[in-house]
Amino acid sequence: MLTDTDTTALIITLQLAAVTTVILLLLGTPLAWWLARTRSPVKPVIDAIIALPLVLPPTVLGFYLLLVLGPNGAIGGLMESIGARPLAFTFTGLVIGSVIYSLPFVVQPLQDAFAGIGRRPLEVAATLRAKPLDRFFSVVLPLARPGYLTAAVLGFAHTLGEFGVVLMIGGNIPGATKVLSIAIYDHVESLQYGQAHAVSAVLIVLSFALLLTVYALNRRFRVIRL
Amino acid sequence: MSIRVAVTLARPDYVLDARFDAPPTGITAVFGPSGAGKSTLLRIIAGLEPGEGEIQVGQEQWLASGFCRPAHERPVGYVFQEASLFEHLSVAENLNYGYRRVPDAERIIDFDHVTEVLRLGELLQRRPATLSGGERQRVAIGRALLTSPKLLLMDEPLASLDLQHQREIMPFLENLCSDFGIPAIYVSHVPEEVAQLADQLVLIDKGKVTAAGPVNEILTRFDLPMAHDHDAGAVIDTTPGEFDSEFGLQDLVFAGGQFIVPGTQPATGGRRVRVLARDVSLALEKHTDTSILNILPAQITEISKEPNGQSLVKLDAGGSLLLARVTRRSTARMQLEPGKQVFAQIKTVALLN
Repeated sequence: MLTDTDTTALIITLQLAAVTTVILLLLGTPLAWWLARTRSPVKPVIDAIIALPLVLPPTVLGFYLLLVLGPNGAIGGLMESIGARPLAFTFTGLVIGSVIYSLPFVVQPLQDAFAGIGRRPLEVAATLRAKPLDRFFSVVLPLARPGYLTAAVLGFAHTLGEFGVVLMIGGNIPGATKVLSIAIYDHVESLQYGQAHAVSAVLIVLSFALLLTVYALNRRFRVIRL
Repeated sequence: MSIRVAVTLARPDYVLDARFDAPPTGITAVFGPSGAGKSTLLRIIAGLEPGEGEIQVGQEQWLASGFCRPAHERPVGYVFQEASLFEHLSVAENLNYGYRRVPDAERIIDFDHVTEVLRLGELLQRRPATLSGGERQRVAIGRALLTSPKLLLMDEPLASLDLQHQREIMPFLENLCSDFGIPAIYVSHVPEEVAQLADQLVLIDKGKVTAAGPVNEILTRFDLPMAHDHDAGAVIDTTPGEFDSEFGLQDLVFAGGQFIVPGTQPATGGRRVRVLARDVSLALEKHTDTSILNILPAQITEISKEPNGQSLVKLDAGGSLLLARVTRRSTARMQLEPGKQVFAQIKTVALLN
């Protein structure tokens, strides 16, 4: 069974994944909307930047985040100068890392969903007197619902499984920044294979259930689109 | 009130530069080949494409220099080529979408009236995915009407339907403007649709308006291509006269005389007929020893030489214009010339509604 520290790590992991998913859906919506409709020449550049976490070793991302968010970094230093704690080694720091790390898993399904809707339903809504925001909530959101479900589940599941970024900027503080993937690593390091099995099983079951939801509800989905 | 359109828009393959005026009643058909800019013109009027210039509908300015009223603030009803129903909403919710967004005071068109005229009552609870093509387009027309528009815009609403569904929708389109008192602009590239529906005609080619005017005037103008088509002909609006139940024949009366057409029961309401130029022959005297029923006295107003040894003759029958295609030899032998009185013998009169 899970030890108390493992249970705490599970709760932190779920909190992190939940907060990250909410932030990503809020950030990802305007970003994906813009990407789905723009003809701007910088679109491929933004596409590539968003897809970068798919291919980079997470430690690269974690390393730079540590530099930026740490006490000597641009943002960390700024936080320190106004009397706040630097973000490295805090839960907030983890959230920032996770948001960047899981961004493509939320933006791409949303972008696909928006592109799939096309312009026509919006034009129809406009000729039926719907204002722009009204059009988004009454037409785009309901039509993009499968995309939102996919984005939410993937963002959540991918954050559950992150390791490298968390290791670099989390600092492995029990009760604050220690997540399940790190707990497994710790157990293996100290040769507690039984505990490693228990925690791994939790992650496997959780991730499988989430992915099953996505694929069952949305049969045409592709996880990675480059 | 009238409708004034004078807009320009640069496109990669052509420059749209269209100006025309349309009266505030009836159907104005915008007719031209595919790619002439008809749909783009309609989209500019609706505010779905930018465009520059001037659009005035009645007292309202929709487009002027430095001013463009956004699409959702223009009181148009737009019927797209594909019905484009909201798939996530039921038929009733689709109909209500625009209806609910129009302020109470501006709602002139009644929900029940629309569902009755378009026979939508039994479809209300259905999902768009379960409807036939014709049913979908009827819902789309109803949805547009329920915004109580000041102008109805229809972009080839029959083009995506098969013949059977076209025949299902046509009667609704014919009566739409009179039923609801809304002027319409109807885009089409099908001559038969235009002949059947249009009161006014705007011809457009390569982004430019080449002619505009009452439908029969445009159809019979010699300087325009339509009069020289193989299927060229005139359309005439008539009112029902006497019905001969013994022989099953209906009189249709117009200013220049009357047509006799077969019918099984007395006609009600106005009828539009189409008389093709190749179905009209000319005689200098009124023959009584002929099986042709429809013979109208008329005056020749114009003659043009056509290919294949033929002549095209324009006739004025009591103010209604007709076309006749005869051989050039007959033209010479009968000494046909403008001003001459003749009798137009009409083989067939096609009833358009």
